[in-house]
Amino acid sequence: MSKHTFSIGGVHPHDNKISRECALQQLPIAPAVYIGVSQHIGAPSVPCVAVGDKVKVGQVIAEPGGFVGAFIHSSVSGTVKSIAPRADLAGRSTTHIEIAVEGDEWLEGIDTSDTLVTAIPEDAKTIVEKIRLGGVVGLGGATFPTHVKLSPPPGSKCERVIINGCECEPYLTSDFRTLLEKGEQVVVGAALLQKAMGGVPCTIAIEENKPEAIAHIREVIAKLGYKDMDVMVMKMMYPQGGEKQLIDAVMHRQVGSGALPISVGAVVQNVATALAVYEAVQKNKPIIDNSVTVTGECFPKQANLIVRVGTPLQYIIDYLGGIPADAVKIISGGPMMGRAVANLQAATVKGTGALLFLTEKQTRRAPETNCIRCGKCADACPMGLEPFLLNKLSKAADWEACEANAAQDCIECGCCLYSCPAHIPLLDNIRVGKGFVLSAIRARAKK
Amino acid sequence: MSKLLVSPSPHIHSKDSTRSLMLDVVIALIPAVICSVVFYGWQELLVLGVSVASCVLLEWAITKYMLKAPSTIGDLSAVITGILLALNVPYTTPWWVIFIGAVVAIGVAKMTFGGIGQNIWNPALVGRVFLLVSFPTYMTTWSAPKGLFGADAVSGATPLGAIQEGLMQGSTVQELTAAYDYKDLLFANLGGSAGEVCALALLAGFVYLCCRKVIKPWITLSILCTVAVTSLIFWGINPARFTDPLFNLLTGGLILGACFMATDYVTSPMSVKGGIVFGIGIGFLTMMIRYFGSYPEGVSFAILIMNSVVPLLNMWFKQKKFGRK
Repeated sequence: MSKHTFSIGGVHPHDNKISRECALQQLPIAPAVYIGVSQHIGAPSVPCVAVGDKVKVGQVIAEPGGFVGAFIHSSVSGTVKSIAPRADLAGRSTTHIEIAVEGDEWLEGIDTSDTLVTAIPEDAKTIVEKIRLGGVVGLGGATFPTHVKLSPPPGSKCERVIINGCECEPYLTSDFRTLLEKGEQVVVGAALLQKAMGGVPCTIAIEENKPEAIAHIREVIAKLGYKDMDVMVMKMMYPQGGEKQLIDAVMHRQVGSGALPISVGAVVQNVATALAVYEAVQKNKPIIDNSVTVTGECFPKQANLIVRVGTPLQYIIDYLGGIPADAVKIISGGPMMGRAVANLQAATVKGTGALLFLTEKQTRRAPETNCIRCGKCADACPMGLEPFLLNKLSKAADWEACEANAAQDCIECGCCLYSCPAHIPLLDNIRVGKGFVLSAIRARAKK
Repeated sequence: MSKLLVSPSPHIHSKDSTRSLMLDVVIALIPAVICSVVFYGWQELLVLGVSVASCVLLEWAITKYMLKAPSTIGDLSAVITGILLALNVPYTTPWWVIFIGAVVAIGVAKMTFGGIGQNIWNPALVGRVFLLVSFPTYMTTWSAPKGLFGADAVSGATPLGAIQEGLMQGSTVQELTAAYDYKDLLFANLGGSAGEVCALALLAGFVYLCCRKVIKPWITLSILCTVAVTSLIFWGINPARFTDPLFNLLTGGLILGACFMATDYVTSPMSVKGGIVFGIGIGFLTMMIRYFGSYPEGVSFAILIMNSVVPLLNMWFKQKKFGRK
């Protein structure tokens, strides 16, 4: 079995997929949900319900605030209690729509049965429009509105759809469980994406540490008789699922600095997004829930839960028995790129993929010591950058030199800081430089 | 749990630390240390002890009393400097000479520049070269190994020194190298500084470091290949005047230098390409000094010269950036 991987850098953290045997299970609906209006990249959505309105599951409660925007649907049935600012998981205040739950009544037209619908609409436009109406955004982490990604700018042409099933972040297993338990739906979702892009070939990329998923998806593709779709076995290497890295590994093409994947003919969608596409197009079911891995060595009741969007984190944690005594950090997402949770009252968003509990010992940063110029950061950087240099330039506030050394190309994967034996907070500093460089680039573009 | 810890990603670490990497280097040096003690006896143990203790104590004293900063001896880099310095001097060197070497290595070459990571030249080599030019008598009185339980030492010249002397007296290289069995060079039976005596023990340490991914093999390989190719050319042209490749590979501390001194993180280039150019430079300069210089041995000087151009190599040889020309 030949294994594919990207060409520069990468690290090998232990994959720690301790929740891999936990089947997907439905989390009971919380008494109240808080649905944020900016759950995606782009303009925040505009609420289109009023306090006191009765809403059903799947009903639109906020409309896109611009082209790069997304519909937001009610994930529960009940009464709109408030539309007010509320702290998100980082503690920042954004507008949330609070809905008090009453029963579980779904909007008419949504197919809630388990029947697999394989008949694919003839027209690509219909598919993209249904995806837009379903509020589908990229669930691999970036939460970029999917219909925008599927509408390539004039002059560019898609040559391959890549379904990202790498799940290269340690601990995360929700995509793995989805591939195993909802493989048919994911594969039909992939076929829909192929159709939407004009019938191009499709590759489903899965890391080698998920052999069951690889076998299952191959079986499903054979059973459904899709000819232009294959499974590619990827080497276990972080960040294999990084968009640019994955395109490099699958198509041997490198997306240029600041360019979009479509510039090399690629459209990448994650497994959970493919499932959401299937549900939105074939079942008329917008994104109202998503799968969340709750895990960590210190967390005894690991689970892969299907959670309604807007569920408070505290509710999920309480359902699974509360916070372990030795956990000091809760991460939304994986340990390499996830964000530390500051506020347990915060609610899940469409892109919430995991809650990870880490102990002091696992996550404590050692004190910074002198750089020993070992070059491990440069070896690890999948973008071929020199983190040790960018770190220095960033600390010296030399933004021009940061730009000349491509700080803007940093994908913030964390490989540099992960591998630094001197425990220098490389990425922390590079992020600052990258921020300044990006705003300088934007300012120039405006002129 | 009362408070949540919030910090930017990544939230986990590889657990590599400067100390763990340096510990691996110490482990990699153990075979060579054992060999040298077995071949040279208890005197070598004394040399090692004095050297390591002086280096560590000096670094501790400098951080505590001069820099008034937290001590850095825990990173074990001073231990390595101590071992390397000891392996670079004859076992007959008096303790106070070794101490002076340690003062130069740690005090001048390392701490003056700001401690670990900041020095331009390999500290142990600076110490060694300082001793070589200051105390030539002690540093060039080599003795053939007498072993842990052996008879009295026999004084003599190192193979490279003997050949240079012989050439000046009009002998040919063939006549001179006939005295040496290359197996002895590989398994250590000839005069030299401690670290030169057993190529196999040094190579074992090198393989360990590569397997543990502490270092990459390219610098070492490029030095060895360059030495082999350069000497092959000269030897091919005039075997009476120039020594052959195998002889050059196995003598004069080349293996020690190529495996443990040139691969020092701090004083070698970061990129693979830079490392290969760095190695070619060391190999070529070593051979030029050996063939045409007035010192019989050139590895130390070659490494120190190439250490000086590392910043340039780092600037010139960069890894290709993703998606850029």
